[in-house]
Parts: sequence; structure tokens; C-alpha cells
Amino acid sequence: MRAQLSYRTSFAADVLANVGIGLGEFATIYVVFSRTSELGGLTVWQAALVFALANVAFSLADLVVGHVDTLPTLVRTGTLDAFLLRPLPVLAQLATSDVALRRVGRVLVAALVFAVAWPRADVPFDGRAVALLAVAVAGGAAIFSAVFVVAGSLQFWLLDGREAVNSITYGGSNAAQYPASLYSGPLRWLFCYVVPAAFVAYLPVLALLGEPGPAGLPAWLGWCSPLAAAVLWAVALLLWRGGVRHYTGSGS
Amino acid sequence: MSPYPALVAAGFRRWSTYRAATAAGALTNSVFGAIKAAVLVGTVTSAGASVAGYDPLQAATFAWTTQAFLAPVSVFADDELARRVRTGDIAVDLARPVDPQLAGWATDLGRAAYQLLPRGVPPLVLGALLTGLAVPASPLPYVLGVVSLVVGVSVSFAARWIVNLTAFWLTEVRGVLLLYTVLATTLTGLSIPVAWFPPWMATLAHSTPFPSMLQTPVDVVLGRAAGLGALRLLGVQLVWLAVLLGAGRLLLAVGARRLVVQGG
Repeated sequence: MRAQLSYRTSFAADVLANVGIGLGEFATIYVVFSRTSELGGLTVWQAALVFALANVAFSLADLVVGHVDTLPTLVRTGTLDAFLLRPLPVLAQLATSDVALRRVGRVLVAALVFAVAWPRADVPFDGRAVALLAVAVAGGAAIFSAVFVVAGSLQFWLLDGREAVNSITYGGSNAAQYPASLYSGPLRWLFCYVVPAAFVAYLPVLALLGEPGPAGLPAWLGWCSPLAAAVLWAVALLLWRGGVRHYTGSGS
Repeated sequence: MSPYPALVAAGFRRWSTYRAATAAGALTNSVFGAIKAAVLVGTVTSAGASVAGYDPLQAATFAWTTQAFLAPVSVFADDELARRVRTGDIAVDLARPVDPQLAGWATDLGRAAYQLLPRGVPPLVLGALLTGLAVPASPLPYVLGVVSLVVGVSVSFAARWIVNLTAFWLTEVRGVLLLYTVLATTLTGLSIPVAWFPPWMATLAHSTPFPSMLQTPVDVVLGRAAGLGALRLLGVQLVWLAVLLGAGRLLLAVGARRLVVQGG
């Protein structure tokens, strides 16, 4: 972490670029709502809440474990072998090897959108809302962290497949930014139950509003993101252990 | 004999060796296409029957087609050339008997030609299955579309070349590349059609080369721009191509002189 702060100009450019990513993603929402006043049953500000919540959760997860998807590079350079020799869990070493502070830029944009949207979204501000938000942010960040670990683990088997796992990490993040009511058929199934992206932001916002969701997604599910995260983490840890066992060294 | 056709072939061959990565990329393009199609169709549906001349089916078709062209056009910047500048390998390129910019362009066209089918077909097939596609029935849009796509790839190459050359002056280009990718994602029309932008954003987009990379080829191949309209867009593309290639040459010349100073 200190290494990142010592190159101030470069660090500032990185943070700015990450602010840019956040703004770029927000541009889509902005354009959509210049054309319509509601999307998937939510108003502008309610949808902005979904966007912000999804972004906060994703960037927090990305900050801590986002680099787990660089696994193929670690394998190629032999760094993973060094991790395996140390008497610490490999996953913990990997997570702490690079906390990408530059990604706070994205958290900032999301927090700003959130602060602007909250008073306008017609949401009661009370203890229940605050509790729900805390649950949603913690649960959402845990869900995306688990998704990153799943994606990382899969690469023990698919060393050339970094782009394929992007469809569940970045794809999941992208899907979480919009009301899940927009998705139908296999897509809804994928982003509710396989990669539980809907639990990160859409369902908590529905619960905040006290509105029933679309068929098959009752609003009380909005409280269940930690549960979804726990299930996913169990899968992620199993896969990770399987992956480490499967791994036979870089051969160098 | 000109070495450039051989470089196109080399670009094609080099990329064709990454089979698993290509399949992985096609999967990701398709998943993002599905999300984008859902969002765009949702927008059109809640806005009434159409947005800026797009009905739901056309909006979905737009989503799938941009995802199909994303890899050939290479909307996202890579840092291959910037690394060569940083390590000094660029000196080797300058010493070769081929023009570095034309060589890079030829290789990039080869890459795009390889990626067109394996990265382009899967999102379109998924689109045809999930939402259906609104495609023109006459052959002319496809012919013009291929021309426009080749120019679009070239404009994108010329722009990425310039962005990479900033490495002569900046030691760390990651921030610049990321910023370029963010701008490109929005202004090429990748995330949402440029025609949907509010006026100020549309003006901003049209004063950059970005729409010439992706939005124009997609508009031409889907027949949204036909006849004179299509030819006018092609003209705009060619102007941007000339401007960017010229600026790139200038930048390389200036940068190369700097390189000699550093190395001397």
C-alpha cells in the first residue's frame, strides 16, 4: 500500500482514471433516463440507488480481492509457487499482496451518486433503512468477493480463460447495476441464482421501497444478501481448494 | 514486393493461435450483449414504442451487433506499443526497413480479420435465438458495412497508436489507457447508441473520432444509414483516419528524436 502512495502523480492519475470508470458507467444510466422516466419499474432516482449500491459493493470487493483474477500471470511467473511454500493460506496471501487503493476512485463516484439519489428516491430515512443498507453493502461486497474467488479458482483449470471469467465478475457487476426486472428467461435465472447479482442492489432497493418485486422475487429477499454471500463463499472456498490441489506447479 | 500483405497474414496467424482466449472472449461478449439488449429494450419499452427511431427489436439488434464488432474494432486500448517504447524496443522497429506505423496498421487489420468470425458470430447467434435480429434484406448495406468496418478498425488503430506513443513522454501510461478506454466505451456508442445521447453529449461525441470506429459501421451494416447518408458517414470516417494517421506520424517523429537524446 505504501508503495502505491509513494508515486504521487501516478497514483493521482490512477484514482482519476477510476473516477472516470465510475462516471463512464453512470453515463449509460444518464442517457437512458434522458429518454424515459422509469426503467424496469423504478424511477430515475430509485434506479440511481441501484446503480450506486451495486458500484459500492463491487468496488469494495475489487479493492480487496479484485486481483485474484490475475492468477494466470502468477502461475506463469512462478509467484504462486512462492506463495505455496509459505505456511500461510494461499488465498490470504494473494488477497493481501496487492490492495489496489487506486480503486477508491470508483467508490467515491458511487458514494456521490448515492448521496444525491437518496433524498430524491422517495425512501423513508429511518433505522430500518440504515440497517438494510448496512446489510446490503456488507452482503453485496461479500457476494462480489466470492465471485472473484470463484473466477480465480476456475482459472486453475482454464489458464487461458481470463476473459471467460470476466463474464461472471464484470458481467455480474454490470448486471447488478440495473433493475433485475429487465431480465427475462435464462438471464434472470443466471443473475439471480447462479451469480446472485440481483441480491447486491436491486432486491435491497425494492425492500427499502417496501415494494413487491416481479414474479418469483419477493421483496423480503432484499435482506438475504449475506445469506447468498455465505452460500457463494462456501462454493468459492471448495473450488479454490480444489484448484490449489489440482495445481502442479509452473514447472520451472 | 511490398511486405505489408505478409504482415496482415502474420497478424491473422498470431491471433489465431489464441483459440481458448478467443472462445472465452466470445462468451463474455455474448453475456454482456444479453445484459445490454435487456437494458436497451427495457428503455425503449418504458419510453413508449421507440427511442430516436429504434423500436425494441432494433435496439436489441444494435446491442448484439456492437458486441459482435467490439473485438475486431478493439474499442479497448492495449499497451503493447507503449511497452516497446518504455523498454526501448521501439528503436528496433525504427531501424527496420518497413514503416512502423504502416506495419502496425497491417498487423492490426490481420488481427481484426481473424477476430471477425469467432468473436462476431456467437453474440449474433445468441441474439437471433433470444430476441431475434432486425437485419437488412438487400446486399448493399452489407457491402458498404464491410468497407465501413475496415475503415473503423483503421481509425481505432490510428487512435490507439497515438495513445500508446504518449509513453515517450509519460513513464506510466496505465492512467491514459484507462481514460481512453472509458471515453471510447461511451463515445463509440458501445454502451448505448450515440443517437440516444442528449444534445450536448451527442455534439461532444461527434467532435471526436470515436463514433467513426463503431457506431458508423454498425449504422451502415444495419441499414440505418443508407445511400448518400452512408457515403457521407464513410467520408467522415476517412477524414478522421487521415487526421489521426498524420498526427501519429508526427508524434512518432518527435518522439523518436527524444529517444535518441535519451540513448545518446
